[in-house]
Amino acid sequence: MKAFTVAKAVTALMLAGLVLLPLYSSMSGNIFILTLFTRIVILALAAASLNLIMGFGGMMSFGHAAYLGIGGYAVGMLAQEGVGSGFIQFPVALAASALYALVIGALSLRTRGVYFIMITLAFAQMAYYVASGLARYGGDDGLTVYKRSDFSGLINLSNRTQFYYLCLACLFVVLLLIWRIVNSRFGLVVQGLRSNEQRMQAIGFPAKRYQLVCFVISGMMCGLAGALLANNTDFISPAVMYWTRSGDLMVMVILGGMGTLFGPVMGAVVFLLLEEFLSQITEYWALIMGPLLLLIVLFGRGGIMGMLGRAGRG
Amino acid sequence: MLLVVEQFLNGLQFGLLLFLLAAGLTLVFGIMDLVNLAHGSLYMMGAYFAATFAAWTGSFLLGALLALGATLVLGIVLEMSALRHLYGRDHLDHVLATFGLILFFNEAVRLIWGPAGLALPLPAWLTVPVPILPGIHYPAYRLAIIVVALLVALLLYLGVMRTRIGMLIRAGASNREMIGALGINIKLLYTLVFGLGAALAGLAGLMQAPILTVQIGMGENILILAFVIIVIGGIGSIRGAFLAAIFVGMIDTLGRAFLPNLLRQVLSGAAASTAAPALSSMLIYLLMAIVLVVRPEGLFPANRR
Repeated sequence: MKAFTVAKAVTALMLAGLVLLPLYSSMSGNIFILTLFTRIVILALAAASLNLIMGFGGMMSFGHAAYLGIGGYAVGMLAQEGVGSGFIQFPVALAASALYALVIGALSLRTRGVYFIMITLAFAQMAYYVASGLARYGGDDGLTVYKRSDFSGLINLSNRTQFYYLCLACLFVVLLLIWRIVNSRFGLVVQGLRSNEQRMQAIGFPAKRYQLVCFVISGMMCGLAGALLANNTDFISPAVMYWTRSGDLMVMVILGGMGTLFGPVMGAVVFLLLEEFLSQITEYWALIMGPLLLLIVLFGRGGIMGMLGRAGRG
Repeated sequence: MLLVVEQFLNGLQFGLLLFLLAAGLTLVFGIMDLVNLAHGSLYMMGAYFAATFAAWTGSFLLGALLALGATLVLGIVLEMSALRHLYGRDHLDHVLATFGLILFFNEAVRLIWGPAGLALPLPAWLTVPVPILPGIHYPAYRLAIIVVALLVALLLYLGVMRTRIGMLIRAGASNREMIGALGINIKLLYTLVFGLGAALAGLAGLMQAPILTVQIGMGENILILAFVIIVIGGIGSIRGAFLAAIFVGMIDTLGRAFLPNLLRQVLSGAAASTAAPALSSMLIYLLMAIVLVVRPEGLFPANRR
């Protein structure tokens, strides 16, 4: 293993950039960029959680946006009912995501391949329709979160910089967790299951149980992203769970490099910046974005991380 | 009684329409092993083409025929330019690439036709109610959809089961290398199958167009339904797609029609009217979950390898 590679250098630059961003924002007075990057960091967290099951576990979930909604609705509903404390909202968001992941994971993991992609998609659509039917919490129109989660003086979520650093800290903690999981015995078993499930089962590992635990962990991480997202936008609506959102998350993971630790973060940064940039040039940004995705799939194997790796070797 | 018969026919009509969409999807899936999310875009294009051509020519039928041809050509162009390169790749690549195509098509439509929807007016002879049973009338157009879709289903069945091309298609589905080795131009066959699937999607879109408005994103919800259908029916199985489509169409329509009243029996009025739409939308996904749990390969798995 080489000590210095292009991929590592770019990753380090990106992380440093993320840490120093509020400094730039306050010096240049550009508040918009901080808001934009808060969103990017939150979605990077969601993409990283998807990468845990997709990249390392080989479970192609096409319904990951459901957790964004569940985490968000946990915050929004509790706030609506007068429970403003983040110490209650966030654990509830995590618990709700875990429960959902446990149930749909137990059902979905009976299938594999394309069927798994489709069943996770179907469950996420179900969650979408449930949220649309919640008349008390805004139904289709969504729910405004009038007050951000209250951490009783510990941290103020309404302060842009503090909130940004909270999101960034969550992202780093999740990445650290993923790194620890992937290199643990548990993580190695899950990766073994991705390569050859039959063989792993023959050795005596209960395949489904390992995959289910991994699935639940990933769901909880994404639920956290959802809770942060609701705080960021002060709003939660069923649209967060729509299946194209799950597609966006998948795109971020694959664009950055599936099965690499920092790839999804890179993917989220590039995807969302590209979206922002293209939408400033032309109203019809998707006209460029769509074919770009196609080209990335056709020619950019291994995503950005893969390309950087090749550049380093070439 | 009147309502029951009417809703039953509506369910049948919606199911048959879904079948047209699902048939193309399951053919492409079963034979080329390609997950095509952009199938819904072809459905949308069919509707837009029909609305445009009908306005140009002033004739509904002529517009529909032209639109059918146009979606066929569009499908073939799409296959030859982009999707051909995805065969044999990972399913995830398919999902991603065709997801990109959806973005592209939605935006292209917005650019060409504008963000507002279009309407496809029906000719007068299709709007009259037709008596089907003593005292029961049903709109002629919906009846026409049922007839056309049944005809297409029959033709598709005969085509796949009784003709040489159909034989090649089935052979290609079970062993693509072998029929390539036997000297069949597999590339051409794939292009044809994709074009056929696109035309079926276009047909579904243009037939649905007069009932709903023609708008951006109309293909997405129905695409998910079509996927649910082919998963329930068993991927690659046309028979499975047919039965599952009718089933899903019925559940969706009847659920929407009767669930609110049923719920009102057990719940309070307000709670029932909010829960019912969500519940009837969920029913289909619930059905799919149950099928997948009980029979992970779908109800009629096409070919066990």
